[in-house]
Amino acid sequence: MSTPEEETIAESETLEREAAYPSPTPRVTRFAHGSRVPGWDEAVDLEKDPAVIPDPDTTEVPAQLRAEIEAHMANYPERHSASLPALAAAQRVHGWCSPQAIEQVACVMRVTPAYLESVASFYDMLETTPVGRHSVYVCTNISCSLCGADELFETFTQATLDRADVNVRAFECLGACDIAPMASVDGVYVGPLTPADVPQLLNDIRARRPVLPDKQLARRLVADPRANSREFPLHPAEPAAAERPANLELPTESPASAIGAGEEHEG
Amino acid sequence: MAAPTREAPILLLADIDEPGLNTLAVYERRGGYDALRKALAMEPEEVLANLESSGLRGRGGAGFSMGKKVSFLPKGTMDKYVVCNADESEPGTFKDRELMQKTPHMLIEGLIIASYAAGASRSFIYIRGEYVLQADVLDAALAEARGAGYVGENVLDSGHSLSLVIHRGAGAYICGEETGLLDSLEGKRGNPRLKPPFPAVQGLYQGPTLINNVETLSTVPTIIRMGGEEYAKLGVQTSTGTKLVSVSGHVQRPGNYEVELGTPSRELIYGLAGGPPQGRGVKCWFPGGSSSPVLKAEDLDVPYDFDSMAKAGSMLGSGAVIVVDDSTPILDVAMKVAKFYRHESCGKCTPCREGTNWTVKMLERIDEGEATPMDLDIMASVQEHIIGNCLCVLGDAMAMPIGSMIAKFKDEFEAHIEAARMRNGLGQHAASELALGAQGALDA
Repeated sequence: MSTPEEETIAESETLEREAAYPSPTPRVTRFAHGSRVPGWDEAVDLEKDPAVIPDPDTTEVPAQLRAEIEAHMANYPERHSASLPALAAAQRVHGWCSPQAIEQVACVMRVTPAYLESVASFYDMLETTPVGRHSVYVCTNISCSLCGADELFETFTQATLDRADVNVRAFECLGACDIAPMASVDGVYVGPLTPADVPQLLNDIRARRPVLPDKQLARRLVADPRANSREFPLHPAEPAAAERPANLELPTESPASAIGAGEEHEG
Repeated sequence: MAAPTREAPILLLADIDEPGLNTLAVYERRGGYDALRKALAMEPEEVLANLESSGLRGRGGAGFSMGKKVSFLPKGTMDKYVVCNADESEPGTFKDRELMQKTPHMLIEGLIIASYAAGASRSFIYIRGEYVLQADVLDAALAEARGAGYVGENVLDSGHSLSLVIHRGAGAYICGEETGLLDSLEGKRGNPRLKPPFPAVQGLYQGPTLINNVETLSTVPTIIRMGGEEYAKLGVQTSTGTKLVSVSGHVQRPGNYEVELGTPSRELIYGLAGGPPQGRGVKCWFPGGSSSPVLKAEDLDVPYDFDSMAKAGSMLGSGAVIVVDDSTPILDVAMKVAKFYRHESCGKCTPCREGTNWTVKMLERIDEGEATPMDLDIMASVQEHIIGNCLCVLGDAMAMPIGSMIAKFKDEFEAHIEAARMRNGLGQHAASELALGAQGALDA
């Protein structure tokens, strides 16, 4: 991390350069060392030793999380294959792929934390910063945006400014363009949504009710009129979405109890 | 080419909403797993011959012959793998979702038959992480299939053994690319690999691997039941069988439809999906997901099959028709498409990583009124430099639709550039003035 003095120098150098070579286009925001990328040098610490595989004797891993990761590892000929399901399991416990979560997975899988971080930072559903425990993915890809998804996302963003428990994200195509515009609320697909549905949806999340049961994808029948030879009833709605533990920081004293609270899967 | 006129049979979606079809009991009552018994009674070569004679082409996007793919796997005893690509992430595509959610056993049955033909003893279904419900349904179906002896050691006393794991992804479009999927399944970042070697020779864990889409594998039981040659009678000569088409965007009845390949596209968009809302017309449409070059309203009579789409300058892709009506600016469509690929580029190859990024920047320049008509040519050349220059086709998947939009809607792009410049108080660009001046000189 560069010091404020260094940043000031970088800034003044940039200004000098710009005075010498005026550009017709607006100035690009510059960060340390004139880089356009904020925090590009933050991870660099030449003094620090690379993290090794965490020591099982000193790393506390909640028993249930350990069991789940080991079960995933047993599924594959190569233990590395379990990294995605293992990180997802740790995220369910910790709320995000925190350094602690990564360390625990690394310890059980016998890999370095860096390896898991490289994986976690690649995938959209693995969170590398703390987030609200309920995820709302609003699809803003082509089909949904043609049907008004951008306005819907804006409504969601405005309505959740004071909701720390909800993580609203604009997401790429979620594979439900038949109910566009739609959102995935803790994994439950709902649509077509209008901005007017947003308050009800957020209330359902707060009250831990099934989300907008009438608008759930799970209920729908196929669109092709020739598919069903006779009339069938609508499918049942999905139960209330899974609850993640409210506290992001796991109490180190009694990890097992916190896990128990976090492992209530839906269905 | 004459369009099929007879009423096409419904093979994949037949009574798909029957309550409990996701359970083994209902699936078996409807004749489920009979095809597996029939296949296991044959020699693997005979199953393969059926797959080849069916003419079934992969339903995931590339449209490669499934039978050929199986036959590319080396013979002999070694660790071979079958991987089902259920990462369905192509914008506009949602057919696999419907199949997995409502009739998961059909996929599992097809997968077992394919593994028998390929001589593979380990299989995986890589399902995108967003499909929580569908993965849960598959997990439950797999437990039932295992309990009934369809999956595991010595399947139905045939001597064929198969393990099956449902692997959930974590949100990355690139993991639908087959080699990216393999890396992801091996627990790494989903970066595509250099081909060759192709997965059939060196795939998962360096072993020979057969990778097929959900719809392709779900069709396999039907082919075994009907016989390959009988199945090949459906559709048109080079595109046999029925196909699930996901229609979305500006249509009145979006959803999945099962059509015989070769059906006129107009029938699909207007007849089945109801066409754009009243009073609006089709401006352009993607015939095979957002990666396919756009077609215009005059192409609506192109038959919906692999080769006709290729001849019309586009592709059938994953069978996702996205309709854009005439009230939508083409720039908005291009922007959405380009931003998507910028987000999803894995960054391994420079043309894709930089090309997607700069395309978005150039489109934003147009919108902000800083572009000149020359930027369109530069943007088109960027697209040309992406195509064919990367390890996988993600970059091409942006370059092709964007390139087609620039070519087919050049006037609208130019008008947008001028309008945005005027709005910005920049006035008409010198290049346009020069061009107009030259035109004036010629006219005089």
